[in-house]
Amino acid sequence: MNETKTIKIDHLTRVEGHGNIDITIKDGQVQNCQWHVVEAPRFFEAMVRGRKWYETAHITSRICGICSIGHTLTSLKATEKAMGVVVSEQTRNMRKLLLHAENIQSHILHVGYLVLPDLLGAPSVIALSGSHRNEVMVVVRIHQLSNEMSDLIGGRTTHPQRPVVGGFAKWPTPVELKNLRKKLADGLADLDALVELVRANADRLPDFHRETEFIALSHPDEYAFYDGDIASTDGGKWPVEDYTRVSNEYMVPQSTAKFSKHNRDAYMVGALARLNNNYEQLSPKAKSVAGAFNLKPITCNPFMNSIAQIVEIAHNLEDSIGLIDKILFDGFIEEQARVTPKAGKAAASIEVPRGILFHEYEYDEAGVCTFANCVIPTNQNHGNIQKDFEGLVPQIKDWAREEIELTMEMLVRAYDPCISCSTHCIFI
Amino acid sequence: MMSKPRVAFFDFTGCEGCQLQVVNLEADLLGILDHIDIVSFREAMKEHSDNYDIAFVEGSITRRSDESRLKAIRKNTSTLIALGSCAAIGGINCLKNFFELDYVRETVYGEKATSYETYAARPLKAVVPVDYEIPGCPISRNEFIYVLKSLLLGKKPEIPNYPVCVECKLAGNVCAFERGMPCLGPITRAGCGAACIREGGACWGCRGLVDEPNTDSQREILAKYGLDLTDIFRKFRLYNGYSEVAK
Repeated sequence: MNETKTIKIDHLTRVEGHGNIDITIKDGQVQNCQWHVVEAPRFFEAMVRGRKWYETAHITSRICGICSIGHTLTSLKATEKAMGVVVSEQTRNMRKLLLHAENIQSHILHVGYLVLPDLLGAPSVIALSGSHRNEVMVVVRIHQLSNEMSDLIGGRTTHPQRPVVGGFAKWPTPVELKNLRKKLADGLADLDALVELVRANADRLPDFHRETEFIALSHPDEYAFYDGDIASTDGGKWPVEDYTRVSNEYMVPQSTAKFSKHNRDAYMVGALARLNNNYEQLSPKAKSVAGAFNLKPITCNPFMNSIAQIVEIAHNLEDSIGLIDKILFDGFIEEQARVTPKAGKAAASIEVPRGILFHEYEYDEAGVCTFANCVIPTNQNHGNIQKDFEGLVPQIKDWAREEIELTMEMLVRAYDPCISCSTHCIFI
Repeated sequence: MMSKPRVAFFDFTGCEGCQLQVVNLEADLLGILDHIDIVSFREAMKEHSDNYDIAFVEGSITRRSDESRLKAIRKNTSTLIALGSCAAIGGINCLKNFFELDYVRETVYGEKATSYETYAARPLKAVVPVDYEIPGCPISRNEFIYVLKSLLLGKKPEIPNYPVCVECKLAGNVCAFERGMPCLGPITRAGCGAACIREGGACWGCRGLVDEPNTDSQREILAKYGLDLTDIFRKFRLYNGYSEVAK
């Protein structure tokens, strides 16, 4: 076959941040296939140096508009650990609620606005809003619910003001929490409609499997988001303090973001990695959604990450109802956060929508930040995306150019990359 | 009938949180779509056109190679709007301008630092003329709708030129200074509804200065509450590092 197929996409669409796809197939041979990260570097780890303890979370929240809640909470946890601050059970539960809100928001944005158009053969959700108005409204309602939930618990959806070192600067009222509980129950009904819609079109997800390592937080008592140890589907558990030994960041010429590897030449984080590690702890509703897609651990098809996100939305909705019941049953009080800054250094981790996130800070006696490091989920996935490129392109090299292009775009989108986040990870 | 205005969204260095606020308009956004054609919005759609009337641009300019892309956008559009603090006033990215750039790069990328291009972060207006600004970190969704509506009606959008304190008093919040927190409300441009004070904090200055900030009055307030200028100045640099006052 004497033919050269070149796929060169500068600034892939329907992803957060800037990445390029570069593939050349000549005479039936794959000559080049690369995933490039071209986002402008941002240098947050340097920017927080010299800043006070109560400012670091405010600054590192700005790493990402979509997962600002996760960055804020990870930062607060690390600062609290560095200063020996122990937060109340109520604060922990309220933060878990806030994380659920962000996870729903981010996942439904990805599945409904960015992936669904590929499944329904449309260029964007804007085009879909004409052709599939009712379906789009289901997505909009779930997205709206998660945003209202973020507003109520965090103050706003992006860069939340209420979470502070030691707790919250402002709390929702019990009445507000009760109203939210009702809306969450309605959200579960909308989710059923989404599950049906995606299930009817799931055959458009490519059937591609590549064994890899999946890394996520794991906790003995719950499906881990807020807390846990680092776990791997290859076996093994590590305390969060050892995160650099797991993430092993390295630099590659084609990227302003760093890549990661652990046991193998790459690993994957995110909803599918969490599900593969912690499936048994999913809520009943989440398990039934997983069943509808026949999604079980260990699934090695990266395209199924979007389906794992739908499963997690079910878990987030159901677990949020339980958390509200618990907060109200335990006797809600408007606690005041009180913190006395002191010197210390600590790392903390949270599962954010795109996977495991680490922040580490060091403070001096005056509470001034002298060191920071953030290891972002998408960074940890870049290496795995590249390995998927190398695995998938040879399998589909004889397809028409347009088909290959669409499939590779869908592959990158399946990871839900958050590229602007990923380009400022530190070297120690 | 006149054709619908063609609107495009672009981004440079930032978190894309301001474009997310546009997506967060939810059902309102579907209503707006009846009156405009969105022809480019990389974060949300595959379609793209270089033919547009209104360009919303998010993010700061942080590398020389960004400039040509921004200049091309300026050339293609009759109205260019800076979306969010990074684009309008430089925002949080300008924090790095207070360090030596080599130090910043080495902190993050180590010995390979020189392969990563960067220069002092700056707002769009440092590179091309900007017609209107929607500041805020993130932007207020209401202000975005107001600006877009004004443009559709052929009116010049006017954002507030009075300090956050005005909105804060109207909202009946307890003054942040009374709660012992240094606050930039007296000199920061209103329009956010005192969003941070309302939620239990103090103003961080993310919307930039009012046109003629009454710095004397800010000094008086600081003196009254026994705070010194260094604390407030450090805080001021968070978002306003590009302004003359911070240098």
